[in-house]
This record gives sequence, structure tokens and C-alpha cells, in this order.
Amino acid sequence: MATDYFNIDSALSEEERAVRDSIRKFVDDRIMPIIGDAYIQGKFPKQIIPGLAELGVFGANLPEEYGCAGLNNVAYGLIMQELERGDSGIRSFASVQGALVMYPIYAFGSEEQKRHYLPKMAAGEIIGCFGLTEPDYGSNPSGMITMAKEQADGSWVINGAKMWITNGSQAKVAIVWAKTNGDPDAKSIRGFIVPTDTKGFTAKDQKGKLSLRASDTSELVLDDVHVPATALLPKSGGIKSPLMCLTQARYGISWGALGAAIGCYEEALSYSKTRVMFGKPIGGFQIQQARLADMITEIVKGQLLSLHLGRLKDAGTFTPQQVSMAKRNNVNIATNIAREARRILGGNGILAEYASMRHMANLESVYTYEGTHDIHTLIIGQAITGLSAFE
Amino acid sequence: MKIAVCIKRVPVMDVKFRIAADGKSIDETGLKFDVNDFDLWAVEAALQLKEKTGEGEVVVFSLGPDAVQEQIRKALSMGVDRGVHLKADRVGGDPLSIARALTAELKATQWDVIFFGKVAIDSADQSVGPMVAELLGLPCVSAISSLEIASGRGTAKRELESASEIVEFPLPVVLTVDEGLNKERLPSLKGIMAAKKKPLESKPAQIDGGTLNIVRMELPPERAAGRIIGEGAAAVPELIRLLQTEAKVL
Amino acid sequence: MANVFAFAEQRGGELRKVALEAVTAARTIADATGGGEVHALLVGAPGIAARAAALGAHGADVVHVAEHAAFANANPEAAAALAAAVLKQANARSAVFAASAEGRDLAPRVAAKLGVGLASDVTEISASGDSIQVKHPTHTGKVIATIALTGNPAIVAIRPNVFAPKPNARAGRVETAAPPLDPAASRVVVREMRGGGKAKLDLSEAPVIVSGGRGLKAAENFKLVEDLAAAFGNAAVGATRAVTDDGWRPHSDQIGQTGRVVSPELYVAVGISGAIQHLAGMRTSRTIVAINKDKEAPIFKLADYGIVGDVFEILPPLIEAVRAARAHKG
Repeated sequence: MATDYFNIDSALSEEERAVRDSIRKFVDDRIMPIIGDAYIQGKFPKQIIPGLAELGVFGANLPEEYGCAGLNNVAYGLIMQELERGDSGIRSFASVQGALVMYPIYAFGSEEQKRHYLPKMAAGEIIGCFGLTEPDYGSNPSGMITMAKEQADGSWVINGAKMWITNGSQAKVAIVWAKTNGDPDAKSIRGFIVPTDTKGFTAKDQKGKLSLRASDTSELVLDDVHVPATALLPKSGGIKSPLMCLTQARYGISWGALGAAIGCYEEALSYSKTRVMFGKPIGGFQIQQARLADMITEIVKGQLLSLHLGRLKDAGTFTPQQVSMAKRNNVNIATNIAREARRILGGNGILAEYASMRHMANLESVYTYEGTHDIHTLIIGQAITGLSAFE
Repeated sequence: MKIAVCIKRVPVMDVKFRIAADGKSIDETGLKFDVNDFDLWAVEAALQLKEKTGEGEVVVFSLGPDAVQEQIRKALSMGVDRGVHLKADRVGGDPLSIARALTAELKATQWDVIFFGKVAIDSADQSVGPMVAELLGLPCVSAISSLEIASGRGTAKRELESASEIVEFPLPVVLTVDEGLNKERLPSLKGIMAAKKKPLESKPAQIDGGTLNIVRMELPPERAAGRIIGEGAAAVPELIRLLQTEAKVL
Repeated sequence: MANVFAFAEQRGGELRKVALEAVTAARTIADATGGGEVHALLVGAPGIAARAAALGAHGADVVHVAEHAAFANANPEAAAALAAAVLKQANARSAVFAASAEGRDLAPRVAAKLGVGLASDVTEISASGDSIQVKHPTHTGKVIATIALTGNPAIVAIRPNVFAPKPNARAGRVETAAPPLDPAASRVVVREMRGGGKAKLDLSEAPVIVSGGRGLKAAENFKLVEDLAAAFGNAAVGATRAVTDDGWRPHSDQIGQTGRVVSPELYVAVGISGAIQHLAGMRTSRTIVAINKDKEAPIFKLADYGIVGDVFEILPPLIEAVRAARAHKG
């Protein structure tokens, strides 16, 4: 079964392979049987949360002292790869919980906040969401208008709206990014841990999605939401803070997209070996072979990109611009692979019992979120030319 | 409670095997390996027993070359406390010599329960567990599909052909585990990390040549290609005719 | 001239088919190695001696019998000690057990007691002079190992339903065997036996097996499989791991890599796609028929005769047609 044309397994440690194999088995046993249906129903399969927590998936690369698995970043990437081989919505859930909720608390929080939230979040007892994107501020989060006003006693009142928030309606806490004290400059941005049952906080499901249907996507509205001083993430400051979180998530997504690509490729490959037309399996015809050869080539290239990036991250030397290249490339090739796989499956490819078209639809969201493809193009462009083409 | 589990490293079976150049073994190039399925259920049974009694130690043993340490670590990552690698670069095809090598190590400890998987899916001998029991002088219940242990005694169910037995036994005992007893837990990520720090002792196995020699291994003859004889209920008469005249089974 | 030992398995006071298979195989070995004696061992509840005649009729020169209430059910601890003693006393050069559930529990203990290897799940035996070689499928049946037994005695356990019982009338002289270990003192005791009624044909004995898989959609629909088996008259019912995992059928019915391995004359796979791990359990069946709605299903690559279509449309007429064909045969 497992696709390993370039023996990348030999570049992984025994633990990394063991981690991958455990998640792969969990996905095969618990997610594959239910995901097609969950996607059609438009429901995130909540029942898998305890199983994921028990495995230690949430915040897997955060330290053991906070109840996390303490894995290295390659192992973390492999987890994302295997989850997304199941479905991008499942991997999004884990990305948000780990990289966008637990990570900011770990990186910018006080010791009390870390000890209070992280172990419970690792155990799946507290689910969180990340409130950065706004209805009018997507690619340009620095322009956000959500505003937090400090009160005399140090508490805060927050007003604003966030959109496209994964886990929004099931989260117990939201990490909300807001400008502070009327200052429109991005440098005033701080992060807040907002319990979602606070008066004035509402989350509403965004309906009618044709992508990431097995995922919870919500709008958040904050209407004079009053939080104590202890809600502030003390070490947060400026747009850099949420961007650091995004860098963590984007790194995981570069692996996740490969998982979706591998799932589609394996489905198409297997189908092409058994589907007979004109007297032989379609995998024996030149056009299908060319499609499959292109797919596996891009998968191998993408895997080497993410693997090297993971080693740099573990060495502490990676840069966000490198993450941009990996996210941009791997998501882009995955969208192509999903589409080509769907085509190899012919008419059967439009049915929910096959994964490729579901992956194809999901990957459109993955192409757009966490920095659109185009934004990452400009990040790379700026890094190599020194010239900004953002405005 | 002192609980031992013996596990075997086996190739993953969903491949077409090739015979090695010596004609007496399979070609291992490109094969993936894992803990034998039945041994995973044995490990799970051992862990559940320890969890139920609330105390004790589960130790895993495996015989073979250095590569088996990876399988020992898998058992450790599931929650086993420590592992013992009995090093033997060549194990041979005689279950009795395997049983003797394991017995030489196991006899040093008073185990309450020694678990084996019912059968190794590669060599398919299904003999080592009962042989070890015999060599240790312990009672043995093989191929169990249900298990209860309390106060130094146990009850187990064994599937026979179209029947089952409920047996009672005292501890200490050797048990071999069949499918259906449990479903093995996945190694958790923390378990995988913890496995690296658990004790894994490697020592030379005391293994003899045995009295069974593998003369040859070969692939079974290919079946003649079959055919689809028709569609739907309309094909039934033709099937009956073929079963009567061609296959002569009706 | 080398004597051969055979263990005759009984259940509920009746010989199981594998008992006759073991004696037949022992007779074949004896005849191929100079014409020695076949010594069968039969243990059971008081009265079991009455079954000895059938063993003589299949080639046993001597039938050693031990009758004891504690031998009514399987008692491997006492049976192994007795078998080892009889083997030695009979000066047997080789020994044949069945690789049945009970045999696979018993034979290894006897081998370990005597300090010799055991070749188990054997599908072919070739004996001549003083040498015995056997064939044994390994790696889920994907590889066949040929093994030479160099120990004395050479102990084998034969796969059920492979060595057909052959009548071969010999003296079958009954001798009382004294168990060296008191059967009532065995540490493992059978408290209860469930099932095992004579009526039900086991997967390891049936010439025909009808098996069902996920394609049957629900547990109740297995009635079609049972009806087809009944129509054949001499068929047992099997299942895939998917449906046993879901609880539609008991685990003991599962045919596959980790379940039962069968080799009937005819195997009919109903609504089974043909996952590799299922094929491992039935691929050596002499004739395979597959019925499945998906013509790309892997089972069709293995099946001698395949019908593509809805099992619910195909099975009722097939059941009728099989009944009619069997009735016609008279």
C-alpha cells in the first residue's frame, strides 16, 4: 500500500515511522469508514475527538511538562500528513487546536495560563479556536478592526467580528486577536483567551459550504465582551504574534496537503490497476500512466521539501519564508493531484464513496486559507528580490 | 503480578513473496515487518491484566536478530514495562529449538502468566506456546478467545471446530491468544516517546539447531485463470451445468 | 520396518473425521517405510473402546485405549503423557496427530516431552526408508515449505480434510493403556462444552463451504447463505472478517489469514469482495465460485466461475437449482 518511491522511510527515525503508523492506523480504522458520510452531512465527526486526544495528537510537538507528547517537528508533520490523508477538515481541527490555540498559549502565555489550559487542551477537554481573520480583513490581517479597550481595573472589553473560524461553534475558548485602546496601528495587536460562554460572545455556523464540509466553520461576534486581565496573553504584541502561530500551522499544512495527495494518488493507482476497459486495466494505457507518473513525482518532491523543512525547524534555523514555499508548493500540487485522480476514476470519481473529489473540494479551502497561494507567492517574491509587491 | 509476553517479528503479509537465492527462505528485500498479529493481542491481554490488578510488571521477550528490537519497542510503546532481546542471527525452522531458547530465559523468573500469540502467521507452526509450557512444567491453555483471572485462578474460552470449551486453570499458567480476545491498542505518541527510555536488554540466545530442516521453500502452483460466466439470475443454469460437468462437484 | 503412532481424536464419545484421517496417514507412512505396525491411541470416557473398530478398519494394527471420566473432554496434560508413553512402548519411528484445535494443543506437548521437533499443519507426507519429508504452507499459504524431519520419532500434525480416510482393514487389536498421569489430576479442567452437536458440519470437514461477506448488507440476510448451504446438503457456512468483526457471525466462522484456513472441494463466496486476508484462508479450495455485484472485485481473479450481479436476485434461483440438481442425483 504505502507509497514510498524514493525510500524516504530510510530518512525517518524509528519513532517517526512508529508515530506515522499509529496515526495511519487510527485514520484507517476510525476515520475512513465515517468520513464520506460526515462530509455529505456537513458535520464534523466529534466522536473521534477522545480517540485523537488519547493518541496525543493535540499539540504533539509541545513539551511533555504541559501534558503534550513532546515530539519533534518531523513527527508532527507526519501526524498532519496522515490526518489529512483522511480529510482536510480533520487535519484542520488538529492544526487549529495544536498550532493556533495551544501554541500561542505556550509561546505568549503566562505560566498559570500554560498550566491551566495546555494539559486540558492536549486531553481534548477544552477545544479552542483562533480568531484572527475578519470579514473585511483576510489576506491583510494587519488591517483588523476588532478592538479591545483596557478598563481601569486592568480588564478588557472587546468588540468586533471574526470570520472563517474553524472549531468556532464547538470551542470553549477563542484566542482572539485585537488592536488595543483605539490604536489602529498593527503594533497594538494583542492576543486574548476568551471563554466562548462570556456574555456578548456568539458563534454562528457558516452554512452552505462546498468545501471542508466535515469541519466546523463559524463567524464570531464579540459585542462588549468583558474579559479579566488574566485573559491577556502577556507576551503577545504586534502582528508578529499571530503570524508566528500561522507559521506553525502552515508548516503542518505543507505535510497535510501531501497526505491528501497521497490518498488521492493511491486511490487512483489502485483503481487503474483493476478497472478494465478495452480489454485491459486502464493503468496500462499511456495517458493514465503519464498522469500517475506526474502525481508520484510531485508527491516525492513535496515530501523531500517538507522533510528538510522539518529538520531545519528542529534545528531552530527555519524561516517563515521557507514555510511559505513548502505550503504554497505542496498545496498547489495536491490540488492538481486530486483533480487528476478524480479524472482517472471516471464517473465513479464523482461519488462520495471515493475520496478524490472530496479531497479536491477541500483543497480549494486549503489553497486559500493560512495565507492564500498568491500571498505566499509574494512572500517568496519579496524574500528573493527584496522588493514588496503587496501594495 | 509478573507477566511475560513472547512476541515475534514477521513480514507484513499483503505482498507477493519471492524465494531467496538459497531456495530455503523468503527474499526479504523490500519487505516491511511488524509484530505478529496474534502477539499484539497477547501484549494487549498482558497489559489489560496488569491494569486490572493495578500492579505488577509486564516484560516482553523476542528471539531473533537485532532487527527485532524494533518490535520490542513497539510493545514497549503500547505500555509494556521492559523488554528482553534474545539475540540469534539464525533462528531456523524448528519450534522446539525456539521453545528451548525462550524457556532458558523464562525459567529464571516465577511468572504468574506467560502469554503467547496462538500462532505466528509466517511460519504457521502454532507450537511454541504449548512447548514452552511443557518444558517449564506449567499448565497451558491455548487459543483462548475470552479470559478472566482473579485470585490466582482463571477461566478461558477456547474455540473448537463448531463448538467451544470453557476451561478453568490455576496460576501460574501459559496462555496462547486467539483472535477475538481483544483488539490491540494503538501505541500513543507519548507511549512511543516513553518506549525509548524503557529498559531493553539484549543478550545472546541459547539456541540449538533443532531436528526440523527446511529443505526448500517454493511458491504454490498458480491457479488456472477463472472466468465470469454471466450476469444475474440468468447465469444460474450455466453455473449448475459447469459445477456438474466440468468441476464435477455437484 | 518402522511402527507408526496415530492419535485418534474423539468428541462426545464419537470419533471425529480427523481420527480416521490420522490413522489413514499413519498407515500410508507405515506401508511406505517397510510395512510396520500402526498403533492408534484413543482416549475418552468409559465406553469409548467401542469406537476402536473403526480405527482398525482404517489401518490400525493395535488400538491403545484409555477410558476415564476425565478423558471425556480434551485433557492434553494427561493425554500428552500417555501418548508419549504409548509412542515409546510401541517403538514408533513416527507419529501422526491431526492439526485440529485439540491436536494443535496436544501434539506440541508430546514433541516437547520427547525432545523432538513437530511438523504441523502438514498437507503432504513423503516417507521412504528412514526419511520423512512433509509440505507445510506458510506465510498465509503464499509459500510452501518442504521440511525434513530428522528427529526420532518424527512427529507430524496433518491438516484436516486433506488426507482422505481410506478403508484398510487391519487387526485393530484393543489394548488397555494405563495413563502415567492421573487424568483427574490435570491442572486445566473443562468446565463446560458448548455446541459441538453432531448435526453441524464443521468448516474443516465440509466438502462444500458457502461463505458470506459484506455484500449481504445485514446479518439477517445470512439466511440466504444458510439456505444455499442446506441446499447442497453437505456444506458448512463461513464468513469474512468484516462480518465477524461486526458481530453478524461468530469469530469461529471467520475464514481468513487470522481465522480458519479451509480447503473444501467447492467454495462459494457470496457478496465477498476478496480482500487479501480472506483469500489467504480459502485459496486452495479445489473449485471456487464467486457471486458479487462489482465485476472489478478481486475475488473474480481467483474464482473459477464468477457471476456478476445482485446476490439477492441470484441466490434464490441458485438455491432452487442446487436443490433440484441434488434431488435429481437421488
